[in-house]
Amino acid sequence: MKFVIQVNEGPYQHQTTDSAYQFTRAALARGHDVLRVFFYHDGVNNGTRLTSPPQDDRDVVGRWSALAAEHGLDLVICVAAAHRRGILDESEMKRLDKDAHNLAPGFRISGLGQLIEGVVLADRLVVFGD
Amino acid sequence: MRIKKCLYVNRRAPYGTSYALEAIDAVLIGSAFDQDISLLFIDDGLFQLKRDQDTTDLEIKNHSPAYRAFEMYDVEKFYVSEEAMAARGLKKRDLVIDVEVLSDSRIKDLMDEHDVIFSF
Repeated sequence: MKFVIQVNEGPYQHQTTDSAYQFTRAALARGHDVLRVFFYHDGVNNGTRLTSPPQDDRDVVGRWSALAAEHGLDLVICVAAAHRRGILDESEMKRLDKDAHNLAPGFRISGLGQLIEGVVLADRLVVFGD
Repeated sequence: MRIKKCLYVNRRAPYGTSYALEAIDAVLIGSAFDQDISLLFIDDGLFQLKRDQDTTDLEIKNHSPAYRAFEMYDVEKFYVSEEAMAARGLKKRDLVIDVEVLSDSRIKDLMDEHDVIFSF
């Protein structure tokens, strides 16, 4: 089955992104396709490489990056939500004349069209968030 | 590109969270991708369609005129929950657009008929 995953909440406060990660990992392990993981609303906060959790806690951002590297996952951050919350890649930093960028490896910033295109191609959209 | 029947389910009050505003953006993008779009308003989502919204004191833009503009984007199917309307004392004349009022059992059928459900 072909899935698109949508993540609506940021890391740590909600279990949302943990559940989304575990579902994505399990789906891949069972041989399903995950066409895209779309980070929307506060979910875009999963895409900053500057998170620094304590050593005895899980690395929410880092394990998304690792899963992307291992499986070629397409991790897409909603651009409008990202701009509002200060999630920037290098080109957006330059375009918006900011002094830093923070996008984690394996993520890319793009538009809502990526979510729509994904669900058109997928069998199922699975949404994580309240 | 394939056309899917997309149902946007609006569940939350128009202000207090960003979801109602985000849904408007997502509907317009869906329209740009030529998808077959319907909007359903349930629970406090009904208040998104309330007439005479005044957000001056909130210092947030009143985005309710957008629903009237959806027609220009061929977005014309609006459904509301009969139970949610009654619970909030709302009548069709209280809303900014014309809607079809559905019982909760018909809402279940509506969801079954759609390929994709976006929840806001």
